[in-house]
Amino acid sequence: MTKFLLPLGGFIAIFAFLFIGLGLNPREVPSPFIGKAAPTFELGNLHRPDSRFGTQDMAGKVWLLNVWASWCVACRDEHPLLVDLAKQDTIPIVGLNYKDKQDQALAWLKQFGNPYRVAVMDADGRIGIDFGVYGVPETFLIDKKGIIRFKHIGPITKKAWEEKMLPLVRELQKS
Amino acid sequence: MKPRHKRIAIIAGGVVALSVAVGLVLNAFQSNLVFFFTPSQVVAKEAPIDRTFRIGGMVEVGSIKRHADGLTVAFRVTDTAKTLDVVYTGVLPDLFREGKGVVAQGRLGADGLFKASEVLAKHDENYMPPEAAHAIEQARKAGATVKQP
Amino acid sequence: MIPEIGQFALILALLLSIVQGVLPLAGAARGNPVWMGVARPASRGQFLFVALAFGCLAYSFVTNDFSVLNVANNSNSGLPVPYRFAATWGSHEGSMLLWVFMLTGWSAAVSIASRSLPEEMVARVLGVMGLIGTGFLLFMLLTSNPFDRLFPAAQDGRDMNPLLQDPGMVIHPPMLYMGYVGFSVAFSFAIAALLGGKLDSTWARWSRPWTTLAWCFLTIGIMLGSWWAYYELGWGGWWFWDPVENASFMPWIVGTALIHSLAVTERRGAFKSWTVLLAITAFSLSLLGTFLVRSGVLTSVHAFATDPKRGVFILIFLAIVTGGSLVLFAVRAPKVGLGGKFEIVSRESLLLGNNVLLAAACGSVLLGTLYPLFLDALQLGKISVGPPYFDSVFAPLMAPAIFLMGVGPLARWKEARIPDLAMRLRWAAVIAVVSAILVPLIAGEWTLMKSFGYLLAFWVFAASLTSIRERLLVGTQLEWSRLGQLPRGYWGMIAAHVGIGVFIIGVTTVKSYEVERDVRMDIGDTVAVGGYDLKFEGTEEVAGPNYSAARGTVVVSRNGKAVRTLHPEKRFYPVQQSTMTEAAIDSGLFGDLYVSLGEPVGDRAWSVRVYSKPFITWIWGGCVLMALGGFLALTDRRYRASLAQRSALPAHAASPS
Repeated sequence: MTKFLLPLGGFIAIFAFLFIGLGLNPREVPSPFIGKAAPTFELGNLHRPDSRFGTQDMAGKVWLLNVWASWCVACRDEHPLLVDLAKQDTIPIVGLNYKDKQDQALAWLKQFGNPYRVAVMDADGRIGIDFGVYGVPETFLIDKKGIIRFKHIGPITKKAWEEKMLPLVRELQKS
Repeated sequence: MKPRHKRIAIIAGGVVALSVAVGLVLNAFQSNLVFFFTPSQVVAKEAPIDRTFRIGGMVEVGSIKRHADGLTVAFRVTDTAKTLDVVYTGVLPDLFREGKGVVAQGRLGADGLFKASEVLAKHDENYMPPEAAHAIEQARKAGATVKQP
Repeated sequence: MIPEIGQFALILALLLSIVQGVLPLAGAARGNPVWMGVARPASRGQFLFVALAFGCLAYSFVTNDFSVLNVANNSNSGLPVPYRFAATWGSHEGSMLLWVFMLTGWSAAVSIASRSLPEEMVARVLGVMGLIGTGFLLFMLLTSNPFDRLFPAAQDGRDMNPLLQDPGMVIHPPMLYMGYVGFSVAFSFAIAALLGGKLDSTWARWSRPWTTLAWCFLTIGIMLGSWWAYYELGWGGWWFWDPVENASFMPWIVGTALIHSLAVTERRGAFKSWTVLLAITAFSLSLLGTFLVRSGVLTSVHAFATDPKRGVFILIFLAIVTGGSLVLFAVRAPKVGLGGKFEIVSRESLLLGNNVLLAAACGSVLLGTLYPLFLDALQLGKISVGPPYFDSVFAPLMAPAIFLMGVGPLARWKEARIPDLAMRLRWAAVIAVVSAILVPLIAGEWTLMKSFGYLLAFWVFAASLTSIRERLLVGTQLEWSRLGQLPRGYWGMIAAHVGIGVFIIGVTTVKSYEVERDVRMDIGDTVAVGGYDLKFEGTEEVAGPNYSAARGTVVVSRNGKAVRTLHPEKRFYPVQQSTMTEAAIDSGLFGDLYVSLGEPVGDRAWSVRVYSKPFITWIWGGCVLMALGGFLALTDRRYRASLAQRSALPAHAASPS
């Protein structure tokens, strides 16, 4: 009987490793940035390329940095939510236009609405790399002192916003 | 042959085959595993000198230099904390670019120059090879500054 | 509207699959013929609904319906129509739909071609397949719905990955999946036999043709993948021991062992529990392959769609399917008994040796594939296991298996004698050794490794010829008229074995004599490779349907005479912002010339890869021969007869030996 259990034992061992391996996926690992100062940047404004906009302009505010691109289909999913947030003036949102072309990005905002206080161009994706962006969209919540408090990978869902992000935003805004 | 002997012979054959396989595997593991080091680890002299290993990180912007023969390329790989000089002769993959993730396999010379025998970049524009991402993440965990030159 | 119909069809298929999975199994357990009778109509209905869903998705792709997320992400209006159709299975969601489509197709085929089987068996087999279908349909509907809508619709899609825009890649996944999923039939037969407690040679006879068919498809699928990597990745390699490749190769190795072990179980009643274990393993490895590719746990050159949540689902599914069946195995297998007796030297023992070696080879590939994951899980650092590991483990394990492959067909069942075998094979051995020494000498410098490769290949050829010759021998006279009377099953085996030999010739020659040169070429520069002179005449800009390209012109000449012009391309796909290398290959029976553009260096010069790959087509030719052998065996008289007869055969009367 025991020898017929050997295959099962082998399988359980492999299974255990696969299960642990799954947990190691880099996408699931919390960003090492949480609790650290956000990388600083100064980039050209999407709507007025000659004027610059940088992290110091948001000092003293709680704000969202939303990484998006016109070529990103999943960005469309979260976009109505961002537009709503902007209308209610819940929190200022800065858009980091990642590896995109200016005319396409502007056309996209015209079509779907512009939720951004300011949108900046990160054409070569350098700032995205500084922020450790794995894919688009990603959203960072940054507090008054310029420290990253939360990072959301993928499109923000209503649920994620209401359950995870909004309470944190309220708390940070009070402090 | 008696059935019992036959059984023993079959089992013995199986054991021999299995141990040969295990021996081969162990031997191959000993000489063929390719370890991975981040540029910070290499600079800190944690990497071996005469063994093939892999490094990962980003190709530093502005660091690619082509030699006169047109095929030898020198560049620097960074994990945002430390950088490593790499030289490679041959045709680079399509997605090898400045500011992009890269994984290179090769040997480290005593002079600190990494001679790559293979340069890997994955076929996806927005993708960073996990090893490269790992190197950068390690560097960040170590509290390095993030600014790129 | 159309996508909603597809979605609805999938839900209906899920409901039917639950019915198919529960009622017949329960009916078989309680002896209720009405419940068992549900199996056939349910499986056909499920097939129709999934086919409808597949059609709906294909329609959405072909008509550029960018309100479907999947279409918007994986297609583009600039994409040529055949590729738009192929994009149906180019994405993760679509490939899962293809998976289920194939599964229900196999299951419907079983329901049609199983009239000679006892009702109980059919009910169990289809029931198990229904449960597998339930798992995958749930997976699709819960984690990767191909019909998810996108509001507002995209103006245009993100395009298909340029790497996949290729005829080889269009048919590679369907073939591979036919193989993967086909092993579910062998698996279901094994589980059904375990459930029924009747593990005799009959179930082996029933599941054998299905297994062979699945194995043929898998062979073709792997071959296409390798061929595609060769001409499309632009660096001339044909096998990288990449995790994704290993994921398809491991089921193939175990499937090969299974085919042979089924033959023993069918004819001699031996190895019964081993065969069942192989059937379970083959399908589990197919599932594992799906898991590895879809979860992103392993680094790979071509893991296209990765998502950990999907990985969790597949892993749980794997645990249920494999864990469950291994528990069943542990409970039922001890009662099976040993079956037909055989001596230490006999065809059985040779096949057993082959099985042990194949299993060990598969184990070593599995270990090499998962080892980086193990170390990572134990926090022991990041490593990669490269081709040298696999080469140095796989080849030594396969060499004795190939030696046995030459001997096996000549050995008698039950008891064979070594002196007798040695006597009959002495000429084959002489031919093999002499050719192995001569061929490298004629071709240039002699090395042991080259000779060893050729030795194995010529051994296979010579031993196969010996086997054919013996079959034709009446007394001492060769009776050529018997050539046509040999069963097709036999010819299938010979073809597959010769295919292995052809494959070995290809691998050995490529590894020994290939020339790979990376050079910088200015206009007018010439490089000599493999007896040819290649002259670079510069590049020009050309426009494709959805890309622009720099198209090089390379004139190939031999002894000063121009024989061919090659046009390697560097393509740029604007939608995905990606660059692609399109190699130009002058392919021939005795070797390929392979030219691919690297990148522009300096004014009008390019870095260019110029390779000569002698006999490389034999690698894929060998695989095609193997698959043809399998197909040939399937047309054997006894399968045609059993199809024609369509009535229950007595369990042991028809087993030929």
